Amino acid sequence: MADEVLANIEGQLKKNKVLIFMKGNPKFPQCGFSDATIRIFESFDYPYETVDVLADPQIRAGIKSYSNWPTIPQVFVDGKFIGGCDIIREMHERGELAQVLKAAFDK
Amino acid sequence: MINPDEIRSTLEKTLPDSTINIQDLTGGGDHFQVLVISPLFEGKGLVEQHQMVYGALKEALGSERIHALALKTMTPEQWGRLGS
Repeated sequence: MADEVLANIEGQLKKNKVLIFMKGNPKFPQCGFSDATIRIFESFDYPYETVDVLADPQIRAGIKSYSNWPTIPQVFVDGKFIGGCDIIREMHERGELAQVLKAAFDK
Repeated sequence: MINPDEIRSTLEKTLPDSTINIQDLTGGGDHFQVLVISPLFEGKGLVEQHQMVYGALKEALGSERIHALALKTMTPEQWGRLGS
């Protein structure tokens, strides 16, 4: 991964408590998995930012190697990768996602 | 496209003694739902468990022979609790 791509990713992660790398944007998700993930975050009142990986092939490839995770979407809380669509869905069902978000925003 | 049997044999090599359930969601051979129950998942978080499965299927995912993979992982203990 080129240094500027890594710096870009790390910069965005530092700036945003909750950052979601997705296909498309929250209004117009370009993939069912990204859509499902956004719907879960929309059910909370916490702010989140998104990055559209379709707009930048370098970020799209870069984020996969950054997190060692082969698919999009990818959700980061406090700069830490917490999961893709399946894991977020499961965490949400178990009530764990609410706990993680609360802990992050209570700090 | 990939045959479900190939997914199974690939996973069994990396995760021996697992119980694996594979569903071809569309019948097209590239959208799958996979459940893996493995004792090797014991003590690991979900991210790490999924990374183990993705790692095993790296070639098929990278070449887009598998286009979409809905994944569920659990330990035999978690699986046992589900039934009770």
